[in-house]
Amino acid sequence: MLLGKVIGTVWSTRKDEALVGAKFLIVRQLDLDYNPKDSTVIAVDSVGAGVGEVVIVAQGSSARQTTFTKNKPVDAVIMAIVDKLDISVKDNKKKTVDV
Amino acid sequence: MYLGQVIGTIWATKKYEAVTGYKMQFVQPINSLLEKTGEPLIALDTVGAGAGEIIFYVTASEAVIPLDVDMAPVDATIVGIVDSINVDRKQEAV
Repeated sequence: MLLGKVIGTVWSTRKDEALVGAKFLIVRQLDLDYNPKDSTVIAVDSVGAGVGEVVIVAQGSSARQTTFTKNKPVDAVIMAIVDKLDISVKDNKKKTVDV
Repeated sequence: MYLGQVIGTIWATKKYEAVTGYKMQFVQPINSLLEKTGEPLIALDTVGAGAGEIIFYVTASEAVIPLDVDMAPVDATIVGIVDSINVDRKQEAV
């Protein structure tokens, strides 16, 4: 899954009828230090996330594995709202990881 | 599956109910020489890996299979903790 921040909402009346009732949120991907990255996705909200909240997005066919998005043309779904993030193995810019 | 190292943990109380009870870890993808390859991602943990441990994880909709629910919005799940890696130097250099 990817870490992201909800930066906006998308409303659409003319759309695939399977998507009626879906809440579309614009999520901008964040890196480990919460800095925004370039990629943004439109994700269906399944947990009641609001603008400004840090969320976790599942992508690909796994996004259809919820009661609402089942068999629908959806490839990104917000599945959690982050309370706390704890990076214990600091990224020391080394090319390899130390074990 | 891919190799990775657990570099952190995420707490989220408000989440899709099917994923409650599973730890969410931050994983840095690595290759067989423990070199970082690609961006860190979030994976569900079904084997209880600790921070710093070398693991391997499964992605896409197969990531839901290790869970004891049949449907969950999860696209990466840690399915194993690595004890050791053996790489044949000759092959690896090809």
